[in-house]
Amino acid sequence: MKTRHKKLLLVAVAVLGLGAVAALVLNAFRSNLVFFFSPTQVVKGEAPRDRAFRIGGLVETASLSREADGITAHFRVTDTANTIAVTYKGVLPDLFKEGKGVVAEGRLGDSGIFMAEQVLAKHDENYMPPEAASALEQAEKSKKTLVLPQGKQ
Amino acid sequence: MSVFNWYKFSSPATFYTLAGKLVPWFYAAAILLCVVGLYISFFMAPTDFQQGEAYRIIFIHVPAAWMSMFIYIVMAGWAAIGLAFNTRLSFMMASALAPTGAMLTFVSLWTGALWGKPMWGAWWVWDARLTSELILFFLYLGFMALQAAIDDPRRADRAGALIALVGVINVPIIYFSVKWWNTLHQGASVSMTKSSSMASIMLIGMLVMALAAWMYAIAASLSRVRSIILERERNAQWVAQMLEAEL
Repeated sequence: MKTRHKKLLLVAVAVLGLGAVAALVLNAFRSNLVFFFSPTQVVKGEAPRDRAFRIGGLVETASLSREADGITAHFRVTDTANTIAVTYKGVLPDLFKEGKGVVAEGRLGDSGIFMAEQVLAKHDENYMPPEAASALEQAEKSKKTLVLPQGKQ
Repeated sequence: MSVFNWYKFSSPATFYTLAGKLVPWFYAAAILLCVVGLYISFFMAPTDFQQGEAYRIIFIHVPAAWMSMFIYIVMAGWAAIGLAFNTRLSFMMASALAPTGAMLTFVSLWTGALWGKPMWGAWWVWDARLTSELILFFLYLGFMALQAAIDDPRRADRAGALIALVGVINVPIIYFSVKWWNTLHQGASVSMTKSSSMASIMLIGMLVMALAAWMYAIAASLSRVRSIILERERNAQWVAQMLEAEL
């Protein structure tokens, strides 16, 4: 084995070793790297009760209501398995919509209602013209109506 | 069949001339692709169904972010070759790539902030994707600062190569951060394993812009490596001969 091949091997082994160390460290800190907790995790009690944290999920359809003052909003965040009620006083981001992703930072109140101090909209990785989006929606709807008769049999 | 002699181009003198010939072509390709890419981005790509016009920042943001990671890998590759084979030119290539990589990292962070404010409602959040990209920026800066701090070029090269190699671990972390953890940043729209979740004209615009950034990065680093070669070889005979011929 030539010296330079030995050196190359040494460099490769060192990088792999460091990679393994990094992987182990990241694995150990896994829970601290989580940007938000899902409603299911909150229900299970995995989220901290004594300090602020973030919850993330979808804004449940038809759950958004505003108080008379115009800036206090109530909505529910769902991950389709569990839901958490959220109260927020402030301006909601433009992308905030029922059925879309949201991340809220705040504390869990004693009543189980999440008191948000900041609400961020989380959008997905899909980009398409509005016509394509509505076409997809139509296709989804017609699929559902087609499936229904089969389900009755 | 004659074997092509790659080692010829590991000589700084030969590479200096070769790079000088290549630079204008890469700049020309970068400008051409950039014009085509911007035309597609602004005039051909349709408005997005949820983000409206603001999504168009993707045409700068994503190519810059891709190149920031790719350049780091190439830089670490040159550093590894330099450490293993003790070739001066490899280290010079690594040094030449760092400022371009740092600049593109900054562009991706900056455009990301400009995009985050209207869409998410925050300029910056400490999620895994944004934080690891910020670490990448600091790795580039650390690499350049360390090299600048050591006077002896050979020692500076080795120290810098070490940072470059250690830091390369950060690149897969950036890339997979949106998969491994819950992040505010959305997942990948384009990947090897699934079909893209973008309308094709948007995807084409983004890919053309990425190619433009790639060509620009090659051109900028090649012209930078030429000045590094001249600076380091200023006492070499070939530099004196070349200068004499030009005078």
